[in-house]
Amino acid sequence: MSALINAGLTPSIGLSEEQAQLIDIAQNFCRDKSPIDQVRKLLDDDTGFDPAVWREIAELGWLGIGVPEEFGGIGLGLGELVPIVEQMGRHLMALPFVSTIVAAQAILHAGTSQQQQKYLPALASGTAASLALCEENADWDLENISCTASQTDQGLVLSGRKFLVTDAHQAELFIVSVRYDDKPALVIVPRAALAEGAMSREKIIDDTRRSYALDLNGVCVDADSLMEQAKAAETLAYIELASSLLLAAEMVGGAYNVIDYTLDYLKTRKQFGKLIGSYQSLKHTMVDAHMGYERARSHLYSAAYLFDQQGEGEVAVRMAKAEANEAFSFAADRAIQFHGGFGFTYDCDAQLYRRRAIWCSALHGDARYHRRKLADLML
Amino acid sequence: MTAVDQKQLQEFKQQAEAWFAENTPREVDFMLPLTFMEVGTDQQFEFLRAWQNKVYEAGYLGAHWPKEFGGGGLDRAFQDVATKAMAAERTPIMLNAIGLNWTGPLLLDRGSEEEKKKYIKGILSAEEIWCQGFSEPDHGSDLGNAQTRAVREGDEYVINGSKIWTTQGNYADYMILLARTNPQAESKYKGLSFFLSPMKGQGIETVPIRKLTGEYGFTQTFFDNARIPASCLMGQEGEGWLIAMQTLEYERGARSGQAGGHVMMSADPADILELARHAQINGKPAIEDPAIREELVALMTEARALGLNSRRDKIQPLAQDRPMSLALGSKLASTDFYQRLNAFAIAMQGTRAAYYVGDPQAHDNGVWQRGYLNSFSATIGGGTSQIQRNIIGEHVLGLPKG
Ligand SMILES: Cc1cc2nc3c(=O)[nH]c(=O)nc-3n(C[C@H](O)[C@H](O)[C@H](O)COP(=O)(O)OP(=O)(O)OC[C@H]3O[C@@H](n4cnc5c(N)ncnc54)[C@H](O)[C@@H]3O)c2cc1C
Repeated sequence: MSALINAGLTPSIGLSEEQAQLIDIAQNFCRDKSPIDQVRKLLDDDTGFDPAVWREIAELGWLGIGVPEEFGGIGLGLGELVPIVEQMGRHLMALPFVSTIVAAQAILHAGTSQQQQKYLPALASGTAASLALCEENADWDLENISCTASQTDQGLVLSGRKFLVTDAHQAELFIVSVRYDDKPALVIVPRAALAEGAMSREKIIDDTRRSYALDLNGVCVDADSLMEQAKAAETLAYIELASSLLLAAEMVGGAYNVIDYTLDYLKTRKQFGKLIGSYQSLKHTMVDAHMGYERARSHLYSAAYLFDQQGEGEVAVRMAKAEANEAFSFAADRAIQFHGGFGFTYDCDAQLYRRRAIWCSALHGDARYHRRKLADLML
Repeated sequence: MTAVDQKQLQEFKQQAEAWFAENTPREVDFMLPLTFMEVGTDQQFEFLRAWQNKVYEAGYLGAHWPKEFGGGGLDRAFQDVATKAMAAERTPIMLNAIGLNWTGPLLLDRGSEEEKKKYIKGILSAEEIWCQGFSEPDHGSDLGNAQTRAVREGDEYVINGSKIWTTQGNYADYMILLARTNPQAESKYKGLSFFLSPMKGQGIETVPIRKLTGEYGFTQTFFDNARIPASCLMGQEGEGWLIAMQTLEYERGARSGQAGGHVMMSADPADILELARHAQINGKPAIEDPAIREELVALMTEARALGLNSRRDKIQPLAQDRPMSLALGSKLASTDFYQRLNAFAIAMQGTRAAYYVGDPQAHDNGVWQRGYLNSFSATIGGGTSQIQRNIIGEHVLGLPKG
C-alpha cells in the first residue's frame, strides 16, 4: 500500500456505463418519491417509509444489482450501487435498502450454498433484511461480540442483546453476529424465530429512521442457520467496508442537498438591507463546506471504483467514510447556524440533515476511527 | 484530434522517462528555486533557462502545441506523460512559466497568426522570457481598477505608471500588460486594454523586491513615458479586462492549453512521511505519535482528493451538478493544502523547527521552513484565497456579490 502512495500515484476513479445511467434514473426517482413534504409526513409514521416505494425499487431491480445472475440478480459490483444510495441520501430517504443489500452480500460471502439458494433470490426481489451487529459495548470493532450461539438438541440457541438494528420491524431475516465456540460467527435468524416482544423500538437521533433493540435470549433457530464460520471474521470486515461505502454515499448525497437548501436561504433572506449570502463570513464558509463536499464526493467515487480491490479498496473506503462524515457534519452544522432563529426550529430542514449526519457517523466509525485504521494501513 | 495511438504514447512515455532519468541534473552546488516565482540569482536563471531549452529540444515541452509555431504537434496526452515524467523525476522546474502556462495558451486561443509566429517558439525554448504586469501598488485584488496609462500616439502607445510583484520582471523580454487606454470609459473594466509589451527599452525600469524568504524573485516595474509599438495591442482597445480574465483562467487552472512541464515543485506528501520517520518528538519518531499519525492521514487523504478532483472533473456525469466547481476550486484547494502541509511538517520537528536553510541542524536542509514561507506566493499570487472564495461563492454557488 505505502508503495502506491510513495510513488505519488493518484489512485483511480471511474464510472461505468451502468453507473452513469443510474445517476439520472435515481436522481429522478428519488426526487419524485421523496419530496420534503413526504419526508416530513413519514417522520411520524411507524414504518418510516412508503412500502409502495420499496416495491417499486424492487421492481426496478436495484436490490439485485449486486446479486449474481444465478440467484436472480444482475451480478455487478457493490460500487454500482453508490449512485443510487447517494441520491437517496440527497432526498433523506429512509428505506431498508442498504441493510438488505449488505445482508445479501454477507450471505454471498459466507452463506452455505443452501443458504444462498434459499435467501438470495428473495433478497434480490424485495424481501427486506437487517443486520444485528452492535452491542452494549458501543464498539465499532465488529469482532467485539458477547452475544453467543450454541448447538443444542433443539437447534442453535442464541443469547444476549443487540442494538441499532435498523428497520427490524420490516426485516424478514437478520444477520446476527455471535460468539460460537468462542470465535466470531454469523447466524441467519428468520423473523419468525423471534419471540413476541423481542424487538423494541429505540429512540434515535435521526427521526427519519427506525431502529430497534433485539433481545436474542431464548431465540432458537435451525442448526444449519450458522454461516460458514471460517469466513466469519473476513465477512465482518467486509460488512464494515460495504456499509461504510454505502453510508458514505448517503452522506455525500445529504451534504449536497443541505448545502443547496442553505444556499436558497442565503439568496433570499435579507438583513441590514442586503441578502445575507453577500456577507463573506457566510459566503466563504459555504465555499468551505462545498469544497469539503467535493473532496468527499471524489473519494466516494474512487472508493466505489476500487471497492473490489484487495487493500486499495479498504484504504479508499475508509478515506471516503472519514471525508463524508466530516463534510456532511460541517455542512449541516453550519446550515443550522445560517438559518438563524428559524434554524433552531423543528420546521427547518437543517436539523434533519444534522441529525442524520450524526447517525451516519455513529455507525461503522467516525472520521477519527477510520484515520486510525488508515494510519496502520499506510504509515 | 484523432484517437491517441496507445502504442505510440506508450513508447513516448518510456522514452521520456528514460530521457529524464538520464538527463536530470543531479549535483547542483547551489540552491535551486522550488517555483518559478523564486528565481532570485543570475546563476539560477541561466541554469534554468538552459535546462528548459534542453527539455524543449528533446521534445518534452509543448509536445501538443502546433508544429508550425514550434510545438511538437502531438496529442495533449503526450505532453501530460512528459510532464508526469518530470515531476516523478523531480527535475528542476521549467523557468518560463508565465509564457508557457498563460501567455502561450492565450496566444494560441485568441492571438493572430502573426503573434503566434512571433512568440510561441521563444516561449518554449526559453529564449524569450515573459512576465505579467497586472497588479499595481494600489490595485491588487481590485485589478479592474488598474491605473497604468497607455496613450496612443501615432504608431505607438506611451505607457506611464507602475506595476508590482512582477515575477521575473528583471529577466523578462516581454510582459503581458494590462493598462488603461480610456479613463472615461463607461465602466472601469471597459477602459482597459491588453498589451504584449517589450520589457527592454527606454523608460522601462525594474527594481527587484526582496521576499519574505530573504531571496529575490519579483520586481516593481516602472513605466516612464515608455514607447511601445501600437502593434503590441492584443485584440481591440477596451478588451483588456476580457483578455486578462481569460489569462487568469489559465493561471488558476480553470482553463487548459498550457505547454506543460512542471513549474512548481510542491512537496510530495510522501516526503512528509519520511520526515515523520526521522523527526523526533518527545524522544520518539514523530510517526509513532497518535495525534501526528491521525493528522498525517488526514493530509494524505486531502492530497489524494486533489488528484481525484481533477480526474473526476473529466467524468462528465460526475461533474455536472455545479459546472466549473472543480476547475474553479482547484487553486484554492491545492494552495491552501500545501500551506498546511508545510506548516504541519514544521510542527513535527520539536526544537529543530527553529532552524532554517543552511544550518546543519535543520531537517531536510530547511526545505519545510522555506517551503512554508514560499507557500504564500500561491495563496496570494494569482488572486488570493479570499478572492478565490468570492469567485467560487458567486460563480459556482450563485451567492450574491458583496
Ligand atoms: C510571489 C508573488 C508573485 C506575484 N507575481 C505577480 C506577477 O507576476 N504579476 C502580477 O501582476 N502580480 C503578481 N503578484 C501579485 C498578486 O496577484 C497580488 O498580490 C494579489 O492579487 C493580491 O493583491 P494585493 O497584493 O494588492 O493585496 P490586496 O488586494 O490589497 O489584499 C490584501 C488582503 O485583503 C484581502 N482582500 C482584498 N479584497 C478582498 C475582498 N474583496 N474580499 C475579501 N478579502 C479581500 C486579500 O485576500 C488579502 O488578504 C504576485 C504576488 C506574489 C505574492
